[in-house]
Amino acid sequence: MTAPGDGQAPPGAAPDPAVAEDQRAAALLLAVDPAGLGGAVLRGPPGPERESWLAVLRASLPPGTPWRRIPATLPDSRLLGGLDLAATLAAGRPVAERGVLAETDGGVLLLGMAERVAPGLAARIAAAMDAREVALERDGLARRLPARFALVACDEGVEGEHAPEALRDRLAFHLRPVLLTAAPLVGIAAARARLGAVRVPADALEALCGAALALGIASLRAPLFALRAAAASAALAGREAATSDDVALAARLVLAPRATRLPEAEAPPPEPPPSEQEAAEQVPKGEDSQGPLEERVLAAVRAALPQGLLAGLGAGMREAARRAAPEGRAGARQAAPLRGRPAGTRPGALREGARLALVETLRAAAPWQPFRRRGQIGGPRLLVRREDIRLRRFEAPRQTTAIFVVDASGSAALHRLAEAKGAVELLLADCYVRRDRVALIGFRGLGAEVLLPPTASLVRAKRCLAGLPGGGGTPLAAGLDAARDLAQSCRRAGRTPLLVLLTDGRANVARDGTGGRAKAEADALDAARPLRLGAVPALLVDTAPRPQPFARELANAMGARYLPLPLADAVRLSGAVREVAA
Amino acid sequence: MHQALTERAREEAGPAGPSVARGRPARPAGAAPSGRAPYPFAAIVGQEEMLRALLIAAIDGSIGGVLVLGDRGTGKSTAVRALAALLPPMKVVAGCRFGCDPGDAAALCADCRALPRLRTAEAPVPVVDLPLGATEDRVAGALDIERALAEGVKAFEPGLLARAHRGFLYIDEVNLLEDHLVDLLLDVAASGENLVEREGISVRHPARFVLVGSGNPEEGELRPQLLDRFGLCVEVRTPADVPTRIEVIRRRDAYERDPVGFCAAWEKEQSRLRRRILSARGRLATIEVPDAALERAARLCLALGTDGLRGELTLIRAARALAALEGRDRVGDAELRAVAPAALRHRLRRNPLDETSSAARVERAVAEVFGP
Repeated sequence: MTAPGDGQAPPGAAPDPAVAEDQRAAALLLAVDPAGLGGAVLRGPPGPERESWLAVLRASLPPGTPWRRIPATLPDSRLLGGLDLAATLAAGRPVAERGVLAETDGGVLLLGMAERVAPGLAARIAAAMDAREVALERDGLARRLPARFALVACDEGVEGEHAPEALRDRLAFHLRPVLLTAAPLVGIAAARARLGAVRVPADALEALCGAALALGIASLRAPLFALRAAAASAALAGREAATSDDVALAARLVLAPRATRLPEAEAPPPEPPPSEQEAAEQVPKGEDSQGPLEERVLAAVRAALPQGLLAGLGAGMREAARRAAPEGRAGARQAAPLRGRPAGTRPGALREGARLALVETLRAAAPWQPFRRRGQIGGPRLLVRREDIRLRRFEAPRQTTAIFVVDASGSAALHRLAEAKGAVELLLADCYVRRDRVALIGFRGLGAEVLLPPTASLVRAKRCLAGLPGGGGTPLAAGLDAARDLAQSCRRAGRTPLLVLLTDGRANVARDGTGGRAKAEADALDAARPLRLGAVPALLVDTAPRPQPFARELANAMGARYLPLPLADAVRLSGAVREVAA
Repeated sequence: MHQALTERAREEAGPAGPSVARGRPARPAGAAPSGRAPYPFAAIVGQEEMLRALLIAAIDGSIGGVLVLGDRGTGKSTAVRALAALLPPMKVVAGCRFGCDPGDAAALCADCRALPRLRTAEAPVPVVDLPLGATEDRVAGALDIERALAEGVKAFEPGLLARAHRGFLYIDEVNLLEDHLVDLLLDVAASGENLVEREGISVRHPARFVLVGSGNPEEGELRPQLLDRFGLCVEVRTPADVPTRIEVIRRRDAYERDPVGFCAAWEKEQSRLRRRILSARGRLATIEVPDAALERAARLCLALGTDGLRGELTLIRAARALAALEGRDRVGDAELRAVAPAALRHRLRRNPLDETSSAARVERAVAEVFGP
């Protein structure tokens, strides 16, 4: 299942010509108004589909338009700019280097692996998009550099992994590209020239705003983008005012992928929507507030919603919670050994592995230049000696990610799932004090699910936990497998994982989904051992009313501290976690 | 303050230089020299609580800053940037790179104090952006590398904190700001002066500014110490009614199409608001705060169990500024009620997991103390 609005065509099938036409239109509209529309999110694995869309966009842009590709991690010095080391040393005076954002002014910035973008990087790009310039306050330089670019964020289309919401919200089009064929180009330059004069009728504006609200789109950027897309579409067609066709196209491209509910649903969004068939047959009743154009817009959106989306909308709440976790894998790229909290600089020798603090070094060298140059003819203009060298200092990040693995099976529900949740909340409060990150895995029925990727937002963790339903079998092995994967990804991100497993130990679903206690327990022990080998600090909280021998065995197998909790004892629980974390 | 403490960046280490960078051109103009004219403050639709908090901070800078939390695309940054164009200019010592106030002899920088006579000039109130990714040397100020390399002079290059003096320092996505910069800000915001000790430079200059932060709490929690620095905290939501949303989009679109024309059309409203701010500032000292209002504020804070006296103090000051803005001559219940959520919601001793929003708790306490 993909996120709402993402799905277009099942893989392998020939693209729906209407979808392909719309996607081509999106590329052309973006070429007409790059900075105004912000850009596009392309979901899906790299391949000919993505490339074909990019090719259409690139071919429609005027020759010489900057086209830059950046990775999901890059240092501020490259992104925003800073001091140019070589040029500064050669010139003997500070020489600024432009960053990628400023270099892409007037062009298109391609961001690969956008789902791995750290919130900090996303916020920097977003700030440049909002201001249409880069605010450079680095290395002794204070500059404002124009940066009007369109951003194309590509992600891998993996379920639950999205580009940061801060960027998605600022990009007009969200597409899952299909294969486009090359086609003759239309007059982009003329459309650009015409764009400023295109009028969008007032009822179109009202229709787009009304439709956005009816579709459960909260952000005001969406209707604004739709408005601009309609204007760009009219400009492209050589019209002086946007027609209802332009508006419908804009709604399909901008509003449909953002829809979180169907316009028919009068009930609040958490309500599961009616079945696919029903909803498709329902025709919106003509309400006084909805003008005919708005109905048309909604119809356009409904037509653009892919098959099977309704089921997706049902799972939308969970998906939304997950999607809203921008720091999900944020740390994954920060594995460089010399990262951490910058803690000033220190003098020292420049050995391998040390990071030179260039500006500080120059500052240290600067006052002595006239002395050192005295009596010297020719030679370098800047004389840096060993005693000038300054190195960056970092404080090692000692951040912990507490992974809560919560048994939400029927048996656990019987054994006070509510109280287990209460216990987790107490622990969450503790994490807040220590500023740890938390992640939440729930397992019940046939499998385990990462309900919340590592996040610092405890409010979200709490909400996620409260929404965790109970019931079903106890797939303990699946829960432990999920925990191991998450712990490993935390390690890769340079954080210390800490596992807290809350279960009553009554495993009865094996890894392959079959029932049977013996196999389930064997699988659980099997899944527990890698945790011990990986030396993941862990705590097993036995929530059964009477301590379970198997739970103790499992704790041994995973090298966890075992804590039977016949009574939800806040102090003991929190104390135990602290001990494990220490 | 002693002169010896304030600025010692002399040529003692700079082997061949004249004196400190005094003749440098004055600080840059307050508003970021953006490519476009900022969106007019008066044209912002809705978001009354945020706009009111910003105006209150503009009237009484001692309130201690505004934190704006909320949804994406609600115009948080727009409002703060719009403030720059709204504020009436202020008087500064001519040529002073810190923008010292000629009327406040106690707060002058060392340079100004050394002057035989202060000449006055007008300058826009600075609204300085502290972008993410700024480095510490640009925030606090540091040795001017260019002059050091070229002339061998040890000169102090003021940073963003110096530029924000007597104005506003704005941090978008404040919850993503690096910890070491937060530490620096906390220190300066508490003491009102910036102390730079690096590369043999020792400078101390006044840095009193109104801290304005915005962010989305979903992207990471704010450090409690930083939260506490903000006098007012407002929450913004996307408007949920169609007419308001339409109006927002309509004005935004009009502005994007023709920023200059749009600003010109709103200039009359802008100058009316500007006059209101000026008049409110002038009357601030004369606003009466009756004992009954003080008592109510105290009871409200007691009912909410806020820590310390800062909550009460901010509540009273904000209510007084609001009364001045609204043209009243005394603080009444209406003003207290209006500012109570902003002044108190971030000071509640909170359980980080308590879902009852702090705004709801404040409202409940307000209803208890003031009656329905």
